[in-house]
Amino acid sequence: MASIKLEGLTKRFGKVVAVNGLTLEVKDGEFIALLGPSGCGKTTTLLMIAGIYRPSEGKIYFDEVMVNDVAPKDRYVGLVFQSYALYPHMTVYQNIAFPLRLAKRPKEEIDRKVREVAKLTRIEELLGRRPGQLSGGQQQRVALCRALVKEPEILLLDEPLSNLDARLRIETRAEIKRLQRELGITTILVTHDQVEAMTMADRVAVMHDGVLQQYGPPEELYDRPRNLFVASFIGDPPMNLAPVSYRIEDERPQLVADGFVLPVIAEWCQRLERTGERTFTLGIRPEDVQLSLEERDGSFQGEVFLMEPLGGGTLVHFKFGKLTFRVLVSREVRVEVGDRLWVVPNQEKIHLFTSDGLSVRERSVIATKRFK
Amino acid sequence: MPRRFTPGSLAKERRKRTALKVGMYLFLFLVTLPLAIGYLWLVVGAFSKTLMYGFVPQGFTLQNWDFLWNPRLPGLDVDIWHMFLNTLYLALGVTITVVAVSTPMAYAISRMHFPGRTAILASTLILHAFPPITLLLALYYILHALGLLDNLLGVILVRAGLWVPFAVWVMKGFFDDIPWDIEMSALVDGATRLRTFWKIMLPLVRPGIGAIAVFAFIGGWTEFIFQITFVHNPKSWTLCSYIYAIIGSYRLTNYGLLAAASLFYMAPVLLFFIFTQRFLVRVTVGGMKGGS
Repeated sequence: MASIKLEGLTKRFGKVVAVNGLTLEVKDGEFIALLGPSGCGKTTTLLMIAGIYRPSEGKIYFDEVMVNDVAPKDRYVGLVFQSYALYPHMTVYQNIAFPLRLAKRPKEEIDRKVREVAKLTRIEELLGRRPGQLSGGQQQRVALCRALVKEPEILLLDEPLSNLDARLRIETRAEIKRLQRELGITTILVTHDQVEAMTMADRVAVMHDGVLQQYGPPEELYDRPRNLFVASFIGDPPMNLAPVSYRIEDERPQLVADGFVLPVIAEWCQRLERTGERTFTLGIRPEDVQLSLEERDGSFQGEVFLMEPLGGGTLVHFKFGKLTFRVLVSREVRVEVGDRLWVVPNQEKIHLFTSDGLSVRERSVIATKRFK
Repeated sequence: MPRRFTPGSLAKERRKRTALKVGMYLFLFLVTLPLAIGYLWLVVGAFSKTLMYGFVPQGFTLQNWDFLWNPRLPGLDVDIWHMFLNTLYLALGVTITVVAVSTPMAYAISRMHFPGRTAILASTLILHAFPPITLLLALYYILHALGLLDNLLGVILVRAGLWVPFAVWVMKGFFDDIPWDIEMSALVDGATRLRTFWKIMLPLVRPGIGAIAVFAFIGGWTEFIFQITFVHNPKSWTLCSYIYAIIGSYRLTNYGLLAAASLFYMAPVLLFFIFTQRFLVRVTVGGMKGGS
């Protein structure tokens, strides 16, 4: 097994900067996800780790050894492509055996290992077929087998689930996680699907425009997004965002938006004061809001204009002036379009971002560090 | 909106379609008739004693086929089977050269970025558009300088050279159709670039190789202009030279012999075509399907 370290990794294609100064560490046996919208540089990063692309700048270490100049065939990584990239002219057996045959292993060993790994992913009965005769899910398993059969130290998965249908995706998600735990193999998953990243990975690296936005355990990304991009990208249904201005009226600090006024608790006041700014972006997750029939402290009133039943709960859309606001309620709560209700955000769980997109909480952490 | 059709209008439509179909078949029949008659005449003539008025066959005979053991041309002491082998040598030589040159070249053009890549692509097209006959004189000098006149190898090189641009274009299309992922995957699986080309890419473009090989073989087998210009020694004659000699050397051409020899010349390539035409069809269909 191996640990991976990326240091200031940059990749340019002509004038386009695909990956920009990426620094990241993956512990031995850890499962991490590179998450971001398409074109954010995550696949490029993966291909640099595999050795297909040469970094324009920066270094890649496997177990503290720099591998920048090591050819892909000598890196001992397993790679599963989004397209699976099976060899169409070979049978499933030959596909899986290919890496071992290249390594010139004895025939009996190849046979034993192919069957072993096929059993692990339950495709033993498909070994004689050709890729063209398999379903997407089966092809995906074969690709996984081919990546695992040489017992690589690092497993790289490039959107391995995105060509599967919804149900199969959920099954395979658990399956891959189980395999990774069993084999204890250091794994990097590239995905644009936050649910995939959050459910499978120990840590998630969110990327945007080639730049790492935040790297941490899924809960941390969810509870304490470092910036506006992470806040809006993570979470389904997405976070409510509203431009607000901070002001003090009758010695009571409040956030004023187009359509509502939110009183601010003392804890936040300090942080906000410290930024020296007056306007912020307020973020509230749909589940961090309660509904009330009468006015309460820190509540504001809005009108229901759309309901989306999600099965387990209902997503209620409110209108405040020009703003719309999504609130997730349990399905026992009976509301109807046109109802006027009081919305009570959980003050502990609100997020505020300064004009440069950074989280106010994050900035105060940086500021505290600086004072020490 | 009123309905656009009635039972009457539909019947009329049907009749119109039938008439159109009949018309098309009639047209195609008339257009192909001269060709069909030509070949029919060839077959009939090859087995007839004489042709009344020059085209009505009279009497069945196998006598026209004695060229198979007797050259039947004055001053020619090379037997027909030697010429047959020469033709085969020429055709296979062209085929092997075209495949060996254009496959790696097409791979490089399809997959690699290097200075002059687009220039090469454009120039191959221009080269392909050149009428070969305009090169005759220049090629004569070159072959003379290389000592390849009166040598089948010279014809092979010239023919292959003129086929390569076309073959490169066909093969480039086949390579373009293979996703990069497959090649990258082989590299990660532990193959070198060369090995990937050999083990993964080549098997996947086999239909393309088949297609250009068939084209090159037929081109080599039917090679005429360079053969009769550059090769005069009967030891290096091909069947094509022989037929040309039949037409040219008799004051009154022996049509029976001409027909029989032509059939003999055509038969292998006809058989070859029947067995390989599926490759040719693939060229238009394109490379891989499904697969990955």
